[in-house]
Amino acid sequence: MNPLTGYLLVAALLFSIGLAGALTRRNAILVLIGIELMLNAANLNLIAFWRYGPHPEALTGMMFAIFSIAVAAAEAAVGLGLVINIHRHAHTTNLDQMNRMKG
Amino acid sequence: MMQESISFTPQLAASAIARNLWLIPAVPIAASGVIAVLKQPRRKTASALAIGALSFSLLLALIAFAHVLSGWANGQAVRETASFTWFQTGASHVDLGWVLDPLSAIMLVMVTFVGLLIFIYSTGYMAHDENYTRFFCFLSLFAGAMLGVVIANSLLLLFMCWELVGLTSYLLIGFWYFKPAAAAAAKKAFLTTRVGDVFFLLGIVWLFAQTGTLLFYNSGTGSMEQAALTGLLAQPAAWGFTAASAIGLLIFAGAAGKSGQFPLHVWLPDAMEGPTPVSALIHAATMVAAGVYLIARVYPLMQAGALTGGTTTALTVVTWVGAFTALFAACIAVAQNDIKRILAYSTVSQLGYMMAGLGMGGVAVGMFHLITHAFFKALLFMGAGSVIHGCHEEQDIRNMGGLKKYMPLTFATYSIGMLALCGVPILFSGFWSKDAILESAHGWPLSHAPYYMLVFGAILTAFYMTRQVSYVFFGAYRGHGHPHESPRSMTTPLAILAFFAIALGALGTPAWPWFRAFLENGAAVVDFHAFAEPAWLMLLLTSCVIVTIGIGLGWMLYGSKSPAADQPDVIERAAPPLWAALRDRLYIDEFYGVTVIAFYSWWARVADWLDRRVWGGIVSLVAFVFGLWATLNRFLDTNVVDGAFDKSCEEISTSGGLLARIQSGRVQTYLRLLALAVVVLAILLFWSGRA
Amino acid sequence: MSLVFYILAALTVAGALAAVLLKNTVHCALALTAAFAGLALLFLSLDAQFAGFAQILVYIGAVAILVVFAILLTRDSETPKDTVYGPRPLIGLVAAAGIFAVLGWAVLRSAAALPHENASPAAAPNVTVMDIGNALMGRYVLPLEIVALLLTAALIGAVIVAMHEKEGAR
Repeated sequence: MNPLTGYLLVAALLFSIGLAGALTRRNAILVLIGIELMLNAANLNLIAFWRYGPHPEALTGMMFAIFSIAVAAAEAAVGLGLVINIHRHAHTTNLDQMNRMKG
Repeated sequence: MMQESISFTPQLAASAIARNLWLIPAVPIAASGVIAVLKQPRRKTASALAIGALSFSLLLALIAFAHVLSGWANGQAVRETASFTWFQTGASHVDLGWVLDPLSAIMLVMVTFVGLLIFIYSTGYMAHDENYTRFFCFLSLFAGAMLGVVIANSLLLLFMCWELVGLTSYLLIGFWYFKPAAAAAAKKAFLTTRVGDVFFLLGIVWLFAQTGTLLFYNSGTGSMEQAALTGLLAQPAAWGFTAASAIGLLIFAGAAGKSGQFPLHVWLPDAMEGPTPVSALIHAATMVAAGVYLIARVYPLMQAGALTGGTTTALTVVTWVGAFTALFAACIAVAQNDIKRILAYSTVSQLGYMMAGLGMGGVAVGMFHLITHAFFKALLFMGAGSVIHGCHEEQDIRNMGGLKKYMPLTFATYSIGMLALCGVPILFSGFWSKDAILESAHGWPLSHAPYYMLVFGAILTAFYMTRQVSYVFFGAYRGHGHPHESPRSMTTPLAILAFFAIALGALGTPAWPWFRAFLENGAAVVDFHAFAEPAWLMLLLTSCVIVTIGIGLGWMLYGSKSPAADQPDVIERAAPPLWAALRDRLYIDEFYGVTVIAFYSWWARVADWLDRRVWGGIVSLVAFVFGLWATLNRFLDTNVVDGAFDKSCEEISTSGGLLARIQSGRVQTYLRLLALAVVVLAILLFWSGRA
Repeated sequence: MSLVFYILAALTVAGALAAVLLKNTVHCALALTAAFAGLALLFLSLDAQFAGFAQILVYIGAVAILVVFAILLTRDSETPKDTVYGPRPLIGLVAAAGIFAVLGWAVLRSAAALPHENASPAAAPNVTVMDIGNALMGRYVLPLEIVALLLTAALIGAVIVAMHEKEGAR
């Protein structure tokens, strides 16, 4: 088995776990945790393909992953800031109670 | 003897009097219109207007008569017509016109003269009536309409005036409309004459359709002139009749209604509910004579096709009906107790004589009796009115008696009239006219039965008149109250009429047959040798016998002993069922009630049932169906249309609600959906990628 | 596949599972940290040294701490009897399982096209920091600037979002 396959499977598994967490947990922060996991799984995918891809010297995969890390950091900051703000107003982190956008 | 057909030299230009003949009826009708808008209290104005108008008409009638007379004296026959087209429809003209010839001239003079006398009489008779003005309005209208019938040369004008005469008769019979008997009598008169008028109208329409013209005489193209008559004779109708006889019979049906021939006589006795001047004018002298005049006017048609000395179907029917009526009415008159009713049945009987005279003897014979009868019957009625007035509205002869010493003038004039009616020979006009009829009946080729019927009728006439005079004027007074003579306005006309009742006889004697000569444009030669002819002497003898038997029997039974008021009549004691039958008018009215009227009531009930149940039912059914349809529509509209719409809206709403649940506002729901969608898309992608 | 890979993979997956399944949210955050660490080591095993250290620095050093802070700041709204999972978690599991199934199948399907590991292994790339710097300033300068902008915006945004509001609108 090619090592790429292994890494890809691990990335897929991480992604699914992250997705499951994002879809099922009640706490908003845990949803964000799940999203971080998903992003990390994608990063792993990128690095794995960079390493076992045709042109590793082009650094494409690595660059992509680095930018992804930067963006994920920014997103985590803003998202958690939002959760904190909501908690301040509604005194809850229960996602189910944040349904004022419902149709 | 039958008259020969008349030939007149046609007149080309009508004289001034002929052109203006229309004034004669128009002026009384105009006067009637003016009186109609007068207020009720203006009584003198009303009667003055009516009398003035009729005097004017009398003046014009005398001028016209003089014109015709001068023409006749010069040997020039006068028949002048004037007409105008009222309107045109397509090719047919509707013409109105009038004619001035000996027949119309004589009638004009008679009607205006007798009418004027009766108008003057009415001022006295109706003096105490509060509806005096209305009375003269109707009288004047009647006079105008009757004069219109006399001068009419156009079928349409004749019919219009005929109907107007019927209308005024209705108005005048029912003058005291608040009396139920009077109102019923008026209705009966109108409806009975209507039956005759329906046939009359059929005859008119048929005549117009066949000949194409409404005018009787119109320079050769009129319906009574030779060309048209030949055409009518050639035209067969149904059952072997020619068109000429069929039309003649239809017209006679109309005349029979107006002139009270059997079986349409039932209205005349009931018409006595009207005031006595009305009875005198309308139901003795003029309106009932209109039927006889009509037959005389259309005589060329009635006579068309007759061989010399022979007769036609139409004239045969006229004769038989007339003879039967004469006898029948005379029988009933014997048993009546109302003074006017006796005279009414007498009128019916005498009209029968006139019709028989027309049928057997020709225009001159029938018309002569009409003229003489007009005078003495008007005299008798007015005398009866005077008696009623003098006895304070008493009309039953059993409550009168011995009036000859209370009302001598009335008695004298009444007796003259009665003797004229009985046909007492030589002196009285009635004898000469009735004699002419009996003479023609004796010589009738078809049968002698009418002759015997007329002779027996004459005996009965003398009998019942004697009975009446005995009851009224002789014996002791059986009534209550004080009878008195009538005022001069009433007795003067009586005297004038009495004079004419005697004098007119001179116009129709065989020695000087002026009347026949005048009407037939022949020469009138005074020839006293005519009196010596054996045929005429036979007739004279017959008449003497008739009169003697009649008056003698009457006097024997009634005159010599003064009957008591409450005791039954002599004949009644002798033969009660016969008396009862005669007194009850031979049950003709009852017969009509059971058959015709009962049928009409039944038919009216059937029609009502049809109308309410069947047509009404159909209408209700249609309405019900519509209602049902409307309900169905409403149901469909509410439940199906609205319901479908509401349901679909509900569905949309529900589905919208369902869909809205996706927008739960919960992030994780959205994410789940996203993930699922990605899975599905990925599967699809790989699948299609592989394919 | 070497043993190192399996150990590292197991660590990462275990940490991830723990992060998602544990009840106590602080434990979840710490498990997440462990997962991040495992991922960093995986990056190192893939010869992506810079990415690995960037992972440690940013993710473990910043994001994980941030998560812990957030958890601690919002902790008082949780009660012990709150359920861990939201309503109807099955659908989420099904969705995640579906995703994994699809991805896994795709990977395994395409694994046959790949050369076997015992064939000539790919040479490890020699990546120096100077190479990365050259790339960032050269080829990738535009994304760099944009990310810089993004980070600035995120910084300002996060501050504003999380700031206490004065009385009256701002």
